[in-house]
Amino acid sequence: MTAGTMQAHPAGEEEARAAITHGQSGMPTVMVGMLLFIASEVMFFGGLFATYFNARATTVGEWGPPAGGHLDIALAGVLTAVLVASSFTMQFGVWAIRRGDAGKLKMWTGITLALGILFLAGQLYDYSELGFGIGDGVFGTVFYTLTGFHGAHVFGGTVGLTIVLARALRGQFSARNHVAVEAVSMYWHFVDVVWIGVFSTIYLLR
Amino acid sequence: MATTTLEPRTAGYRRAWVLDWLTTVDHKKIGILYIVNSFLFFFAAGILALVVRSELAVPGMQFLDQDTYNQAFTMHGTIMLFLFIIPVLSGFGNYIVPLQLGAPDMAFPRINALSFWLLPLGGLLIFSGYLFGGAAAEGWTSYAPLSNRAEGVGTDLWIIGLALVGTASILGAVNFITTIFKMRAPGMTLFRMPIFVWTILVTATLILLATPVLTAGLIALFIDRNYGGSFFDPSVGGNPILWQHIFWFFGHPEVYIVILPGMGVVSEVLPVFSRKPLFGYKAFVFATIAIGLLSFSVWAHHMFTTGGALFLPFFSFMTALIGIPTGVKMFNWLGTLYRGKLVFSSAMLFALGFISMFLIGGISGVMLASPPIDFHVQDTYFVVAHLHYVFFGGSVFAVFAATYYWFPKMFGRKLNEPLGKIHFWIHFIGFNLAFFPMHELGLLGMPRRIADYADRPDWVILNFMSTVGAFMIAVSVIPFLINVIATFINGEPAGDDPWEGNTLEWATTSPPPPYNFDRLPPIHSERPLFFLTHGHGHAAERPDDLEEGAEEDAEHRKGVV
Repeated sequence: MTAGTMQAHPAGEEEARAAITHGQSGMPTVMVGMLLFIASEVMFFGGLFATYFNARATTVGEWGPPAGGHLDIALAGVLTAVLVASSFTMQFGVWAIRRGDAGKLKMWTGITLALGILFLAGQLYDYSELGFGIGDGVFGTVFYTLTGFHGAHVFGGTVGLTIVLARALRGQFSARNHVAVEAVSMYWHFVDVVWIGVFSTIYLLR
Repeated sequence: MATTTLEPRTAGYRRAWVLDWLTTVDHKKIGILYIVNSFLFFFAAGILALVVRSELAVPGMQFLDQDTYNQAFTMHGTIMLFLFIIPVLSGFGNYIVPLQLGAPDMAFPRINALSFWLLPLGGLLIFSGYLFGGAAAEGWTSYAPLSNRAEGVGTDLWIIGLALVGTASILGAVNFITTIFKMRAPGMTLFRMPIFVWTILVTATLILLATPVLTAGLIALFIDRNYGGSFFDPSVGGNPILWQHIFWFFGHPEVYIVILPGMGVVSEVLPVFSRKPLFGYKAFVFATIAIGLLSFSVWAHHMFTTGGALFLPFFSFMTALIGIPTGVKMFNWLGTLYRGKLVFSSAMLFALGFISMFLIGGISGVMLASPPIDFHVQDTYFVVAHLHYVFFGGSVFAVFAATYYWFPKMFGRKLNEPLGKIHFWIHFIGFNLAFFPMHELGLLGMPRRIADYADRPDWVILNFMSTVGAFMIAVSVIPFLINVIATFINGEPAGDDPWEGNTLEWATTSPPPPYNFDRLPPIHSERPLFFLTHGHGHAAERPDDLEEGAEEDAEHRKGVV
């Protein structure tokens, strides 16, 4: 029982890493977990989209907001631009910390967070102006459910970004140690992609 | 053996016992918490089953009113599925998977603790409807428009509770898959993983992809009930059938979420007590994956009678197709038993019970896959019989097999065998007495989910038999509980490897130290411990010989040896 046993005292850093990870390389454990979680989120939004398309398909007559209400496609377009831009700024932050540039990470994370909050504020303003509610027919129900749960996920993303920013300000990230940044950015991109789906479905496809 | 078993060298610092269990992130303790919590809910839901069967023993209303009856069978089904069978198998997975992989813990220990603690919270929320004017009463499937129009807060608590339990499942699934892909010991390739781990991997994938869809449906239902939404309300453009699609898109993978880990348990127990390797390891793995894939394409077989735009031949064909990988597994098990040196321990009896009872459930399942038959027996007791043969005859038998098999590892003491056999036989006979007559009742046209029924002699005798069987099942729990308590007080010490097992959990102490392994044996096959203790088919060969041969290793990879 010698060769098959784990080493009790890893000599160097590489051995230590091999002992911790069982000698396996590849994607960090945290990223695997985040990707799996995102997979479950894809199915969650798949379910919500299914309710939308089902309502769309079974509706006889015109599909759209109930009488007295409207959709503000201009505002929604601006918000889409804001969220897509935030995906880019997030990625600039990730690239910065991969180079070890913690200062740029702080800057880009801060900008991303601000854009995320701007999106949420814009969405709330949009809600207040539309003239219909969640109880106003099946369009109202699916519209607010889909956009609302997306908004809740954006909010979750801003919480993650706040944590990343706080940790970045404490100098906890480096070129070699920044898996939290990668994981949160992955989630943020996912939220962005979902919004592109929501926007295209509700505003463009009609 | 002496080479693989060392006393734990450090005792660690000690905390108060209760605090230690409440705050633990050790996968073994969390696994035990899962199992204990699940059994508590099992007993609660079992009592509800007895309430239902008591009411149905003879025609007429004896104990309950209609609404209480509806609540009883709704809570029975919900709790049994979501708070007993799924979590108890997750509990065994929690305890066993890291050990079988040679890992020190799960990948995310704190998320693991969170997944557990959401369960009692969700379960109590579901039950708490009884405190607020009545629990949910729409059946565990909670069909719209019954559910979106039902009065009372019980259904809302049911929705919130299930959403929490579902979230717990999803987090658990993320943890299992990550653990399996990232935490395997050196040498533990995917095709050397124990079968139980494979079934947990496929199960976790199904949970990951199916449960969020249920969450979406639950949210839609909650919005309909509380915020004036109209997902399922046809008067303003909604569609009640949509609920059935969403529910069963989750609900059918859910059936395999419940049965696959049970199949994994049986595939661990049978080889050990047949003294043979599992017959057709890779066939079993691919059959498991095939069942997982097919499970997403069969949901509408629960909805044949809803009409509309359903394409019945497709769903019927896909459902029948699942019979093929399931049949492959039957031959895996029979091939393992064939000419084996069988040891009829309690665990083995429950595993054999699983195979025979699941076979009956599988056959009635293929019958139900045929729309002409399904149209006749939809919502009759035939369906109730079928689902109990797969859930109870399948999964619950596997849960008890797992309990007798792994109890010695968890607590260092073996459960009493004679008491275990008494448990098995009362359980087995009671089970068949309770549920076999339901096939006949269904064919005679008795609908499910009714509190009272016509005073027909043939229905009455079959119902009475079923009630007697239900109480026999309840009685069978008594020797089990006595057994557990007696074993804690004065059980036979188990040693590290009481069954001469194949897999790594038997290579450490019973119970294992917090970090699981002081050292790991070399892993050259899916039965590392067997090769460690028995050599390479030659008792003379010692483990050191094994470590020399890289060629042997390559042969194993190709599956030659």
